[in-house]
Amino acid sequence: MDTTIFLFLLQDGVINGAVYALVAIALVLVFAVTRVIFVPQGEFVAFAALTVAALENGRAPSTPWLLLALGILAAIAEVVWHFRDLTVKRIVRVALLDLALPVALLWLTLALAPMKLGQLVNILLAIALITPMGPMIYRIAFEPLAHSSVLVLLMAAFGVHFSLIGLGLVFFGPEGSGTTPLSSASFSLGDLVVTGQSVAVLIVTAALLVLFALFFGRTLLGKALRACSSNRIGARLVGIPTSAAGQFSFAIAALLGAVSGILVGPLMTVFYDSGFLIGLKAFVAAIIGGLVSYPLTVIAALGVGFAEALFSFWASNFKEVLVFTLIIPVLAWRSIYAPYHEESE
Amino acid sequence: MAALRSFAPAIVAALILIAPFTGWLPDYWVTLFNYIGISSLVAIGLVLLTGVGGMTSFGQSAFVGFGAYTTGVLTVHFGVSPWLTLPAALLVTMAIAAAVGAVTVRLSGHYLPLATIAWGIAFFYLFGNISWLGAHDGLPGIPALRLGGHQLIDPKEYFVVVWVAVVLAVIATQNLLNGRVGRAVRALRRSTRAAEAFGVNTAAAKLLVFVYAAMLAGLAGWLYAHFQRSVSPGPFGVVAGTEYLLMAVLGGAGRVYGAILGAAGITVLRDQLQNLLPWLFGHTGNFESIAYGAVLVLVLQTASNGLWPILFGPPPPPKPPTPRDGDALPAKTLPAPGARLLQVQDARKTFGGLIAVNDVNFEVESSRIIGLIGPNGAGKSTTFNLITGVLPLTSGAVAFDGHPLQAQTPQRAAALGLGRTFQHVEIVPDMSVIENVALGSYLLGRAGVFRAILKLDRAEEALLFATARRQLQRVGLAEVAMQPAGTLALGQLRLVEVARALCLNPVLLLLDEPAAGLRVGEKKALAKLLREVRAEGVSVLLVEHDMDFVMSLADRLVVLDFGTKIAEGVPAEIRKNPAVLEAYLGGVA
Repeated sequence: MDTTIFLFLLQDGVINGAVYALVAIALVLVFAVTRVIFVPQGEFVAFAALTVAALENGRAPSTPWLLLALGILAAIAEVVWHFRDLTVKRIVRVALLDLALPVALLWLTLALAPMKLGQLVNILLAIALITPMGPMIYRIAFEPLAHSSVLVLLMAAFGVHFSLIGLGLVFFGPEGSGTTPLSSASFSLGDLVVTGQSVAVLIVTAALLVLFALFFGRTLLGKALRACSSNRIGARLVGIPTSAAGQFSFAIAALLGAVSGILVGPLMTVFYDSGFLIGLKAFVAAIIGGLVSYPLTVIAALGVGFAEALFSFWASNFKEVLVFTLIIPVLAWRSIYAPYHEESE
Repeated sequence: MAALRSFAPAIVAALILIAPFTGWLPDYWVTLFNYIGISSLVAIGLVLLTGVGGMTSFGQSAFVGFGAYTTGVLTVHFGVSPWLTLPAALLVTMAIAAAVGAVTVRLSGHYLPLATIAWGIAFFYLFGNISWLGAHDGLPGIPALRLGGHQLIDPKEYFVVVWVAVVLAVIATQNLLNGRVGRAVRALRRSTRAAEAFGVNTAAAKLLVFVYAAMLAGLAGWLYAHFQRSVSPGPFGVVAGTEYLLMAVLGGAGRVYGAILGAAGITVLRDQLQNLLPWLFGHTGNFESIAYGAVLVLVLQTASNGLWPILFGPPPPPKPPTPRDGDALPAKTLPAPGARLLQVQDARKTFGGLIAVNDVNFEVESSRIIGLIGPNGAGKSTTFNLITGVLPLTSGAVAFDGHPLQAQTPQRAAALGLGRTFQHVEIVPDMSVIENVALGSYLLGRAGVFRAILKLDRAEEALLFATARRQLQRVGLAEVAMQPAGTLALGQLRLVEVARALCLNPVLLLLDEPAAGLRVGEKKALAKLLREVRAEGVSVLLVEHDMDFVMSLADRLVVLDFGTKIAEGVPAEIRKNPAVLEAYLGGVA
């Protein structure tokens, strides 16, 4: 391998790694606040990319219909689980957030899509459509299980993943699509051609990571979320509503997923089920970060991206085999370094 | 009636096997039942692994793949007879499961299922990329099973092959779980500490379950390959692995028959959805996964123990065999009364900057009851854990019966004859009381997995259960022996732990607050029992807060405060000792 190829692989790895980093910190956040190992995080990525692709072609994406379906389910779940304490306030909130909001976004999408208003509008609309899905999914699937063990929550996460993949096929169909790059500029750095897209990916990821760090380090809400993650019962006792914290963390996860989707859209052809592998690779990084450390997770995500690039150069057929085998020694090391105590039910 | 009951499973099994030949079952359903049977095998393994052993695996489908590909390669590339590939398929899955499991079962908590996802995916891509496995297209043209010159192609005939395998797997698994090793396995999920304290090598027990479950999956893969007559990587991915897990959870994790129920439920659901959904959505696709996900989430939210317990109630009580006259377990020779048994010399344990046990010295002689007392946080339980090998010493030494106990394990402590109870009760709630107690005599038995599966362990089991019953009688709990231990009150559970410790044939009994939660009458009975035990030559080291109880029993008391020994002597002296009074009452007023 000569330097050119190495630099090319490095660039490729860093870009993929940056996307994995965004997905991975969402996984860490969700796990920290709710103890859910959120397998379906990748679905947000794929759905966002497909939404932007449809908008670019002047078609109305099916995303608002999916959002409406989830909203109806969330409303039903809310009524069933909180039948005894249905207050007017709760009903109004459900009607507004679960039903009125999706309907409004549906109307907006149908109105805007044929106008082809350009990339920025497409991106903002995709983010607006994907982000509310997070809290809805939390309320449908995970809130009733909030006190279960990590294992039960993991199985439920797999259940949600299956359902979302199936729904993705129903709403988006089996065809894959790509999106136009955020920037078509490119420049040479020695032998290496750097595309504008890769610079855009790096800038967006870095900006979000800085925002993330500021949010958790400096704001009261961020600190409250950290409190939930270190001690749920303690957080409740000092008046932090853990359910709201759970919904909020899922909203952030969906938002980060949507942004990741917008970033990968131009890099690859995205299918309705492409999110799973992206999510799992991010997951490898999140595990290396021990599902707690954000900086370590970001470094690990870059490492996973680079390893993937190297493997695809040396043994492209066995790329996935090698990436996923990487995780086993990490898990073994984690088990010894930070053993996890038996859960009493 | 009783005779009918004991034959009922055999009759049901016979009825199942002749069902396809009655003509009432359409071929379509016969084929469906073949798939149910094949999935049941995997799900039974998962019940053992997840429901009983507490290890969640998303990767069982990979082992199905190893079974299927082994026979595929051997029959297609090398022309080996299909029946001969069965042992090969089982051996290959066994070897791979042992290698994968050796790393995996040592992982703790949620790291374990994550690892199964990782290697599940890795193996899936491996199957799809190796050219002599046919890569993504797979291996076509696998021969059918033959019986003499007759090919077993008709689904009805194959039905018999599949369900004979299922019935054998159910019998083997039930026998395994009811045996001595099975009890140890059943303790893995909820009370690993107790299992270790009675000599169970928990890592080996976990690996055993892992390999057993994988071999059932390998058997399923072999059956699948010869039924489909071709293999391709599709059915061996993580999606299929999750489907198997869903079957085990739906049926009732922890219940062997639940696995069959779950497999039937999911297979029929998938079949019906595959007919219905394309019609509903207008085009074909993998839509049934929507319903799978929903079913999984709903089952977890509303019936986390699965359907089997809801439909058929709790598991039946065990049927322990009765011993033949004259059989007895080997008796232990106890040291002469008054001999030095346990020596604790300058034992020290620090946790970071905190000195929990500060250079403590004391001895326990045989046939004595020694009380270890002190206020909360004095280091009593830590001292206990140092002696029983749960925690390593920072410095100092503990010797037992002449053996130095540095860097010992709980298993070694049990082998030397240290029987213990726990401050926070460690029992297996869904196992009957008598089986919990019989776990105490784990080291007195010899029967392993194969003897249990073939039911050759009955004579030994009878002796273990007779011992357990005798010890339960001594603590006054004979009448609740067959109840699930989880239904007992806390005080009774402490007595169950005492009975379990006595089953070890202990030389030294270490009791951690045995009288907490007992009523006055029960305390008197326990005191009487401990005096009896002492008269037999067993020593007792007793941590207790109930002063009347411990003062009336102990030959000598050792008093700890903030990790340091502040007094030692007979109860009458300790009562007057000013240092002890200060520690307990905060200074002489």
